[in-house]
Amino acid sequence: MKLDRNRLVLAVAAPLLAVVTALVITSLIIAATGEDPFRAYQVMLDFGSKSDSQVWIINKAVPYYLSALAVAIGFRMNLFNIGVDGQYRIAAFFAAVVGGALSLPGFVQIPVIILTAMVTGAIWAGIAGVLKTTRGVSEVITTIMLNFTAGSLIGYFLQEGRLAEKDGNLFHTPDIPDSGHFFTFPTNPNPVGGFIVVAVLVGALYWFVINRTRFGFDLRAVGRSESAAEASGVSVKRMVFTSMVLSGAAAGLVGMPTLLGESYNYGNDFPTGIGFTGIALALLGRNHAVGMAFAALLWGFLDRTGSQLELEGYAQEIIEVMKGVIVLCVVIAYELVRRYGLRLQQRRVGEELAAQARDNGTNDKAGVSA
Amino acid sequence: MRRVPKLAAVVSATAALALTATACGESSTESNSGKDKGVGLAFDVGGRDDHSFNESAARGADKAKKDLDVDVEMLTAGNNETEEDRVQRLTSLAQDGYNPVIGVGFSYGKSIEKVAKDFPDTTFAVVDSVSEGKNVDSIVFSEHEGSYLAGVAAALKTKTDKVGFIGGVNNALIQKFEAGFAQGVKDTDPKLKLTSEYLYPTNDKGFNDPAAAKEKAKGMLDRGIDVIYSAAGQSGAGSIEAISKQKGAWAIGVDSDQYQQPGLAKYKDSILTSVVKNVDVAVYDLIKSVEDDKPLTGTNAYTLKEDGVSLATSGGFIDDITSKIDEAKKKIADGEIKVSESPKK
Repeated sequence: MKLDRNRLVLAVAAPLLAVVTALVITSLIIAATGEDPFRAYQVMLDFGSKSDSQVWIINKAVPYYLSALAVAIGFRMNLFNIGVDGQYRIAAFFAAVVGGALSLPGFVQIPVIILTAMVTGAIWAGIAGVLKTTRGVSEVITTIMLNFTAGSLIGYFLQEGRLAEKDGNLFHTPDIPDSGHFFTFPTNPNPVGGFIVVAVLVGALYWFVINRTRFGFDLRAVGRSESAAEASGVSVKRMVFTSMVLSGAAAGLVGMPTLLGESYNYGNDFPTGIGFTGIALALLGRNHAVGMAFAALLWGFLDRTGSQLELEGYAQEIIEVMKGVIVLCVVIAYELVRRYGLRLQQRRVGEELAAQARDNGTNDKAGVSA
Repeated sequence: MRRVPKLAAVVSATAALALTATACGESSTESNSGKDKGVGLAFDVGGRDDHSFNESAARGADKAKKDLDVDVEMLTAGNNETEEDRVQRLTSLAQDGYNPVIGVGFSYGKSIEKVAKDFPDTTFAVVDSVSEGKNVDSIVFSEHEGSYLAGVAAALKTKTDKVGFIGGVNNALIQKFEAGFAQGVKDTDPKLKLTSEYLYPTNDKGFNDPAAAKEKAKGMLDRGIDVIYSAAGQSGAGSIEAISKQKGAWAIGVDSDQYQQPGLAKYKDSILTSVVKNVDVAVYDLIKSVEDDKPLTGTNAYTLKEDGVSLATSGGFIDDITSKIDEAKKKIADGEIKVSESPKK
């Protein structure tokens, strides 16, 4: 029972330490720019809690969350999929091309588009997986290079006369017909995108697969120690390839809320960089399905309130500084608490062993004397 | 043991989500009163000090501030923005009572349309895009015509018979610059070799990455190209810096008269000329029209003919070829030369 209380205290200590440190540091930074930090927080809370802000934050958080999940699948087995950015963009692009070319009833059209995206993402990530398992090329290198390849490939096809059409000063793929538009929840004043349902389902699936299935166990085992996993009969190569493909398939979903709920085409203005945000969020959420959801919402909140701060006369960069400080604080706080916990455990185990040895010693003596 | 807290966490998170999803409470639209606060200017990536496109818009707003005594609020876009971010920026400005609200850059094309509908009494303007709406002023420029003149100048000034073009992002807008430049070069001297390269295929970062432009320019200089035209917003500063290190090589600037830019003063002796896009004039015109209660709407094209785009002469480096350039300009204005908007594939 004592052990659990310690654990609980430690579990609460880390996020608390992170939040407090982050707040102190950002306050100092804002104060250093000659502004009042407390008014800034006031502005953020006021504006961020408005009903349209809430809707905005949720809509913004959905792709963030999916991206974090895609990154986390790799992270759980020590696989750094830095290529989520390229994977989701190329996935969204080809999904947009397919969606724009087809005109099917919604219940077929939407799954076809989503499936195209997942398969494209999986293939793109699979390239890195194959290279890692067959040639031993580090996935960090290949995925980051594949980001550029994806960008160039999209750039090649996103031209008039290839797969795109010209609309003013933009190129974009043909619009997806109405049947391919995703449903929304009619909240006031703006609707919440229906893709949040998909995000929650994928999050639950992630939690279940990682924690409650044999595959998830193998995955975590490989993450802890490759050689130990190999020795106990796990095929590390197969695991690397499979999780890379899964990560890519999840990455394929990242662009879908935008494609099916907002832009209905892939153009020069399609959002980029969400894959990199996902890395920060996976770190922040500790690869945990719920933790990452909170992290994604926090990011949405910061995005939302950041430009309001700018309007109130604060430096525009403050919000990016805040994000960086938060990630750093979380990573450092967890590491500190982990080490502290480890030391605590070692000391306790050491004491127990010493006590045991003492007991044994006295018992032995007692035995001898008797 | 561990199952319970995790389950609890999942449940509480879902509940929290559900609660926020119902979006209770007042919206920010309701709580703000709209009174006239002046001009709201939303920049593209790079921000006001990009020495180029945004700065030109800022100059127009500054002039309005001085001459018309209006307040100006400026907000800047970050990299990797999504449509939501742009919609929010414009909404915040309109909501706070800024009028007109100006989106600088074609990325605002769609979001202006959306936001303009919600604020029918505010005048919106977007630079470089044609957007629908009764209260929207679409400001577009004939970049290809200005670039044609730059092509003429480049063709006359090159000594190695090789000229280069660096575009920030390979999109339809920057292709207009490339197309005009290429046509100007070819019409002046068909034997010249033109190399056109882009920094990024799709990513807007191309307007905000001077380091990449610097490398690109270095690569071109190494291949013997001695006149380089960069249409890349803030990135252009990088290529100008690289070109300034090589004797006899010329840079052609874009959007603002970059010879006059204090931030580029160190390199100004290498800036042959600039294709000036008079965003400042357009922005000023719009602000004035709103102040006069006769707001401009619809599409307003700024062409070479009415000096919406022009070739800068600061530094006097192209004074010797003025007659040739004026001749080309006249031909374009008279419609004798039709400048293409998209490059030949």
